[in-house]
Amino acid sequence: MSVEEIGFFLLATFLVGFSVLVILARNPVHSALALVAALFIMAVLFLTLNAPMVAALQVLVYAGAIMVLFLFVLMLLNPGTVERGSALAWGLTATAGAVLALELIGFVMPAADSVQRLPTSEIESRFGSPEALGLTLFSGFVLPFEVASVLLLVAIIGAVTLARRTKE
Amino acid sequence: MLVELGIIAVKSFIVLFMVLNLAGVMGWVERKGSALIQDRIGANRASVLGFAGLGLVNTLLADPIKFLTKEDFVPPHGDKFLHTLAPCLAFFPALVTFAVIPFGDVLVVGSREINLQVANLNIGILYVFAMASLGVYGIVIGAWASNNKFSLLGGIRGSAQMISYEVAMGLSVMGILMIYGTLEPQEIARAQGHLLWGWLPAWGIVLQPVAFLLFLTAAVAESKRVPFDLPEGESELVAGFHTEYSGGKFLMFFAGEFAEMVTAAGLITTLFFGGWQVPFLFRDGFHFPWGSDFMIPQLVVVALQIIAFLTKIIFFCWLFILIRWTLPRFRYDQVMRLGWKMLLPAALANLIVTAIAIAVFAA
Repeated sequence: MSVEEIGFFLLATFLVGFSVLVILARNPVHSALALVAALFIMAVLFLTLNAPMVAALQVLVYAGAIMVLFLFVLMLLNPGTVERGSALAWGLTATAGAVLALELIGFVMPAADSVQRLPTSEIESRFGSPEALGLTLFSGFVLPFEVASVLLLVAIIGAVTLARRTKE
Repeated sequence: MLVELGIIAVKSFIVLFMVLNLAGVMGWVERKGSALIQDRIGANRASVLGFAGLGLVNTLLADPIKFLTKEDFVPPHGDKFLHTLAPCLAFFPALVTFAVIPFGDVLVVGSREINLQVANLNIGILYVFAMASLGVYGIVIGAWASNNKFSLLGGIRGSAQMISYEVAMGLSVMGILMIYGTLEPQEIARAQGHLLWGWLPAWGIVLQPVAFLLFLTAAVAESKRVPFDLPEGESELVAGFHTEYSGGKFLMFFAGEFAEMVTAAGLITTLFFGGWQVPFLFRDGFHFPWGSDFMIPQLVVVALQIIAFLTKIIFFCWLFILIRWTLPRFRYDQVMRLGWKMLLPAALANLIVTAIAIAVFAA
């Protein structure tokens, strides 16, 4: 087991643990905070994959802005703790989970073994850097980039329209 | 390998030592400075055997002992775990951000060139903004876990203010990034040693004065200092989001605010005032524009650079304290209006003008 593998499994354990806590926590604020922790660990995993720019963006945008707004709404609405589900709900969920796990083991793992793995030393040093991302985004992928910007603009206009006070 | 880790550990220790000590000293400077401005004496009772040590007895002995020996209290229906976690989350970003701020050029020891910066990341400034955006969680969670309406109001105001001014902060720095062409603070500091027209150091304030003012305002708002201290709101919200905190936890909020101030000063210094640059000082000595050169040994050069860096940071911390005790507090709607309707359009206009200027002057 190389250091990289040990590191990955340690991070993955925490990531899965926090993700499970998101679902199982009684208090919605605890769920949201567990999600923040999970996103932070995901950013660290991005760092191990030579993608520093994506890691920074993950923390900056997802953990730092979107989850803040989640918590903002949770604080304002204060929904209170959630009750435990019934035995039927737990049974159905466990069955669905088991089916999905079997699918994962049966289909995804053999496919993953056939993917070629590139050792980290062979990756160019500027691989995940801002320059590389910027060059790719503004030369080859400029159309999807602009379409995504227009999509965000539409979302903002929609939100402002919905929240606008109508003059009586 | 072990030597590399040792060097990084020493650099981290130096930076942490500097930030925490500056944060403590700034607390004292705040108390005495505010006393001077308000024509009173300030705290003068703490002394050891009649020796007050220029305020060091108060800062290093009296204040910490007072804070750490007070009763640790969690409100009755508050969330115990989150109540304890919040001050840690508030303190963490202020310290961690300093990892990318350079405090000197290079120190040559034998055959090894040590870059005087704890972490040389190629994402540089983005890391700073990522950590700054995590700073909101401290007050959000602290406010909510206190189970107190005043705290909640303070927390909501605080989080809205912080996320609004993060936008202005990021956009105002874009001009600097475009001019120096890099995200990395050490490269930005080095690029500011370039002399324009042979005599003017290409500091950020010379090339981007509007961005400096915008960033200064946004940084003061981010660290929730007066005139933007609505989350704390002393006359309205008891103590805002840290109403229900006492003892060591309040010390972490309190020291965290001063550490954020030091970090903001460090950022302003690095981006707009050349960081560790002394005008006309290069790696081998002074090269003045009127022709005279003055050779200096390398260690003295490094010492001069570190002293320059510290001087600039202390100047900006002093400026923040001066602003605090001069200006009255903004109202909440004024804060939001300033952030969205004044700083954001100004930052965008600055960006456009900078882009046009770069295109014109590079042609």
